Amino acid sequence: MNQEQNIEQQLWAYIDGVSSKEEISAVERLLQSNLEWKNKYHELMEVHQLMNAAELEHPSLRFTKNVMEKIAQYHIAPATKNYINKKIIWGIAGFFFTLIAVFLIYGFSQVEWTSGTGSKYSIDLSRLSEVDYSKIFNNNFVNGFMMVNVLLGLVLLDRVLANKRKNFQKQI
Amino acid sequence: MSTGLGDNEIISRVLKGEQNAYAELVNRYQAYVFTLVLRMIKSREDAEEVAQDVFIKAYRSLADFRGESKFSTWLYTIANTTSITFLRKKKLDVHSLDNEKVFEVADSKDSGFRANLVEQKSRVNMVNEAIAMLSPDDAEIITLFYKAEQNLEEISRILRLETNTAKVRLHRARTRLKEKMEKNFSEEIKNIY
Repeated sequence: MNQEQNIEQQLWAYIDGVSSKEEISAVERLLQSNLEWKNKYHELMEVHQLMNAAELEHPSLRFTKNVMEKIAQYHIAPATKNYINKKIIWGIAGFFFTLIAVFLIYGFSQVEWTSGTGSKYSIDLSRLSEVDYSKIFNNNFVNGFMMVNVLLGLVLLDRVLANKRKNFQKQI
Repeated sequence: MSTGLGDNEIISRVLKGEQNAYAELVNRYQAYVFTLVLRMIKSREDAEEVAQDVFIKAYRSLADFRGESKFSTWLYTIANTTSITFLRKKKLDVHSLDNEKVFEVADSKDSGFRANLVEQKSRVNMVNEAIAMLSPDDAEIITLFYKAEQNLEEISRILRLETNTAKVRLHRARTRLKEKMEKNFSEEIKNIY
């Protein structure tokens, strides 16, 4: 920032009344003793007064009437806080934090800190193709998990379609 | 006709079902919102439509106004986002402050305005025309500060900026406005002072 910009910035802050007490007294001292500061101050004050003189633009005379006619078709939407249940949000957040914490605790408990070789489980990626996936998906727990996911998906789809139908009927 | 009620009192009446009370808020703020939108959009016809949209959106979300800020600050935030959405839809540039194109567009407008300088302009017209030559960003921040009576903290909330960034932006916008006035209205400025 060059010197002129610096002077302008300090003077604008002084004119706008956002300077600190120390800055105000410093600027006032400079305005009394320094001609450059004094001239710049008068120049900026002219701009400031001109900007204050700018008038507001006015819309057409029917503006309020138009707005009131349009809002007559609408209702005030309920406040967001009324339909967002904070307990549910905290519940979801709590569930994920617990899940992450459990995994971390489990993971750290499996590390052999004394051996210096890291985890006792080593992953050999080249043997990934040898994994028998049919054994994994035969497991009752995994099947149950998949079933719950499919059910949740269907419920979600039902809600989306019901909302769409509702909106469509409203438009008619 | 003005009721003399404060904004928050009017809002609570509207929320209780007195829809007509909203007309008082529209009357009170229509010129501010329209000026703000016009300074960004530049076309009176579009600005009127967008300004109406701002009041409709504000009405529909009135229950979400918590009174933590002034109603005007909340309303100008809606005006700002609605104008930006409109400009994006129209595929017009929402110019950034350091965009070279801002100056190209402004300069092309300068030549048009210079042709009209034959007639003597009033002080008010001159300032309004100089503001119209600015980029939407510059014109918006100047309007918020000088016409919409918003302080730097409120402006930073409306524009979603840090207070210091808003301060720097305002400073730059004023410098550009000063340059525009000196370049295009030097004679008028001499006559005024």
